[in-house]
Amino acid sequence: MKIWAIYKKELRLYFTSPVAYIVLTIFLLIAGLFFSAIFQGFARASMQMALQQQMGGRDLNVTDNVIRPLFGNMSVILLLLMPLVTMRLFAEERRSGTMELLLTYPVRDGAVLVGKYLAAFTLYAVMLVGTLAYPAMLAAFARVEWPSLAAGYIGLVLMGALFLAVGLFASSLTENQIVAAVVTFGILLVLWIVGWVADFAGGAAGTALTHLSILEHNDAFAKGVLDTKDIIYFVDLTLLALFLAFRALESRRWSG
Amino acid sequence: MIEVQNLTKHYGSLTAIRDVSFTVAPGEIVGFLGPNGAGKSTTMRILACFLPASSGTARVAGFDVFRGSMEVRKRIGYLPENVPLYTDMRVAPYLDFVAEMKGVARSARKKVVADVMDRALIADVQSRLIRNLSKGYRQRVGLAQALVGDPAVLILDEPTIGLDPAQIAEIRNLIKSLAGDHTVILSTHILPEVSMVCGSVVIINRGAIVAQGPIDRLVEQFFPTSRIEVEVAAPRGAVRDAMKTIPGVVRVEERAASHDGIGRFVVESARGHDVRGEIFQMAAQQKWALLELRRVGMTLEEVFIRILAGEEREAAATTAADAVPEEAS
Ligand SMILES: Nc1ncnc2c1ncn2[C@@H]1O[C@H](COP(=O)(O)OP(=O)(O)OP(=O)(O)O)[C@@H](O)[C@H]1O
Ligand SMILES: [Mg+2]
Repeated sequence: MKIWAIYKKELRLYFTSPVAYIVLTIFLLIAGLFFSAIFQGFARASMQMALQQQMGGRDLNVTDNVIRPLFGNMSVILLLLMPLVTMRLFAEERRSGTMELLLTYPVRDGAVLVGKYLAAFTLYAVMLVGTLAYPAMLAAFARVEWPSLAAGYIGLVLMGALFLAVGLFASSLTENQIVAAVVTFGILLVLWIVGWVADFAGGAAGTALTHLSILEHNDAFAKGVLDTKDIIYFVDLTLLALFLAFRALESRRWSG
Repeated sequence: MIEVQNLTKHYGSLTAIRDVSFTVAPGEIVGFLGPNGAGKSTTMRILACFLPASSGTARVAGFDVFRGSMEVRKRIGYLPENVPLYTDMRVAPYLDFVAEMKGVARSARKKVVADVMDRALIADVQSRLIRNLSKGYRQRVGLAQALVGDPAVLILDEPTIGLDPAQIAEIRNLIKSLAGDHTVILSTHILPEVSMVCGSVVIINRGAIVAQGPIDRLVEQFFPTSRIEVEVAAPRGAVRDAMKTIPGVVRVEERAASHDGIGRFVVESARGHDVRGEIFQMAAQQKWALLELRRVGMTLEEVFIRILAGEEREAAATTAADAVPEEAS
């Protein structure tokens, strides 16, 4: 399978260069900082609750008070880091000229694209697996609602899939990695803040813009809610970005 | 095996090649020659399905490079001129990746990779990082990459650039050994190499084909006379006059090192007229000591230079003609 060959090559490049390790370390480190801060706040609040409970209070909810803010913060870190994961994929091949050989092998553009995408996605999956440590620690002290947590992770997977697809698209446009990263970040940031703009716009346009916002859809998952409209949002945009990347590759091939 | 017809490629306003047509027969090794910027790499990139042509058609192994791109790509081995390689990979895993890309079956891959490494003389660096290889070794890895999968057609853009003399000889032998069941088109600036390796050549200048065909035919075409170098111990005037009377001699040219006592000449005669016998007879009759009598083979290099010089004259003539009305106005 040629997709498999591309996949193995890209994954090897990630893990034989410092890129994968640096991204992993920084991501887990910052996420860990957020986790410990959020968890300390939660522990303090729980303690007070426990005192009040004797007067008829109730347990603090883990999903709302830990998972949701944690995942919200992780999303922001991802927004900053993911462009760096994908910027190399096509830009570097074009800069170094290896694209010339790659495109003259009997392999379909789609296979190249999917192979590279899956490799980046694998790195992302490893990052997410690393974060499982935090809920695991949490479970030792509080009651974690596993189905809500799973929904949160599904949200992160879908959002990361979109980030990577946008990054791949941007990388296919240029031979400059910095440009690829900045364009990725720009597109994602627009999708991120479009909700704020929507607040000003108001009316029907405002509602339409709100639907385009990553935040709007992502938060639902973090709350533990699985809604098809949120899933469709991420899947659609991901496919659109991959399709655009495919067209960028093809047009490069046929227009010089 | 390679048929190119009226191929034209524009880069924006610049026309890199214009109306290029040539064919390469199966099993042939063709040298693709031309000065820097003539359009060799551009043509080869189109043949390798990397660049689309602006107009015209190119067929490789029976398939159109545009419409049958995938079929063409299955049958070619391509070495781009700057040898782009994945510098962060090691040699053997890199070639294994190439083999996988070219659809070599998993069971055969190890053997195929070992085989091309042997042929390209890189088995000794197989576990080194490509980044750390010397230029010559990288060139050989590039060649090995083209040979993976034993493609029927090889498109090699300056395959021996950067190699040491011993390696050049080895790689030349390798390329020569491909003749017969492979079709090869290679570009180079080393003309003696072309005469050694290729049966015929295509010469391109300023984006247009200026000559093509078997090397000996081109030599005949551009040098219709054969030349003989003569050195005689005799008064040079007498020798010159005597030689001019020999039937078939077209021109007698005196060499710079000639002086009374020893005359040195280049004698041109109509092709097919070997006048060496007559010169010998003449010297014997006159009791002149004949010190040297040697046939001078015309090299491809001289043909190449003569063709390009002719081109330059033409170009100069046209620009001069163009310039006249401008001056008038
Ligand atoms: N990507 C490109 N964009 C614009 N012009 C180009 C491009 N590639 C080549 N050219 C131009 O096209 C012409 C032909 O270039 P090409 O590389 O085919 O020459 P060449 O015969 O291979 O020369 P050399 O012997 O130096 O390798 C040159 O004038 C070159 O500047
Ligand atoms: Mg060139």
